[in-house]
Amino acid sequence: MRDQAAYFEFLCRMGDNTLVLGHRVSEWCGHAPVLEEDIALANTALDLIGQTQMWLGLAAEVEGAGRSADDLAMLRDVWDFRNCLLTEQPNGDFGQTMMRQFLFDVWHLGMLTELTKSSEPRVAEIAAKAIKEVQYHVERSGDTVISLGDGTDESHQRMQNALDLLWPYVGELFVPDAVDTAMAQAGIAPDLTSLRAAFDAHLADVMGQATLRIPDSDFAHKGGKSGKQHSEHLGHMITQMQWLQRAYPGASW
Amino acid sequence: MQPSVDQVWAWLADVPDPEIPVISVVDLGIVRGVAWDGDTVEVAVTPTYSGCPATSVIALDIETALHKRGLEKVRIKNQLSPPWTSDWLNEDAGAKLMEYGIAPPRAAGGPEQCPCCTSTHVVRISQFGSTPCKAQWQCKDCLEPFDYFKCI
Repeated sequence: MRDQAAYFEFLCRMGDNTLVLGHRVSEWCGHAPVLEEDIALANTALDLIGQTQMWLGLAAEVEGAGRSADDLAMLRDVWDFRNCLLTEQPNGDFGQTMMRQFLFDVWHLGMLTELTKSSEPRVAEIAAKAIKEVQYHVERSGDTVISLGDGTDESHQRMQNALDLLWPYVGELFVPDAVDTAMAQAGIAPDLTSLRAAFDAHLADVMGQATLRIPDSDFAHKGGKSGKQHSEHLGHMITQMQWLQRAYPGASW
Repeated sequence: MQPSVDQVWAWLADVPDPEIPVISVVDLGIVRGVAWDGDTVEVAVTPTYSGCPATSVIALDIETALHKRGLEKVRIKNQLSPPWTSDWLNEDAGAKLMEYGIAPPRAAGGPEQCPCCTSTHVVRISQFGSTPCKAQWQCKDCLEPFDYFKCI
């Protein structure tokens, strides 16, 4: 017997990760350092928002309360969001944005790879679709981290600062709670701790090439995916993201 | 009398892709099935990229085209699995794309030649381009930047 409440939570976590990161990345539209990067960031944001429609669409079906993916995205308040803390961190400079992207992409790729084998066919088919896009994301974010890390003194220092700043938000991705455990037991999602070794190996390879030092602390902020303690940044972001539906309820394109 | 499934396929082969109008939605390989369900024709469509904004326009274009052919009840089914791959572009599509100025996808991961001057001296600018399905490349001989339809 599947735990429907946990399944809904899990789908919101997947969808809120891509929604919040997708919105963050879209904030760069028209502001990136060069045109090609602007286009690449917008494309990445678009992929993530597209994946959000699939995850939150399924979440809404599973919930069965008559809400749609749009309702979940645009009408929930901050305490109902289930994204990990990493995705809601501010963009900072371009290097910080790309470091956040890379850390998320490597986890995302590992997670989606396992989800293609999910016992839930709907989850497996969304993962199979999304993973093709995420392979492009991780290739680009990894290349950029290497170029900037192994770049000038200035770019190297900024990338090291970004890694040091964001590192405490990585642990949450791998620490299972009751929802994660229920999903793993049902065969819907992998045991999160099983993703860590491949993540660490991928990270060590790229950071080595980027001449960046991975912090040796394993301190991890928590509270994003459970919704218990988001950072102060998420509320501000959601205010921007939702203002139109809040000001003009039901407005459509 | 209901038109045959083959007839509906033939009509769909006239519906252009909204972003790349030289190829049809059938050439693109996103129409995955046509079937009659009572008096309703159901067309299964799969997205190229999950966030591609053309997806909803394509569904609307298909409905409109079939309404014009006299089919009153049309249902578009969004089908995710198996996920779309650029291998599903049909054989004609490559030549049509090339003529339009877009290098077709290749298993090698990059274009064979510049669609403007056919030089094979080409370089990648960015893995991301003007739409989710394209990357940006440039010809080192004629210097023209061009789109490459990327493989997924």
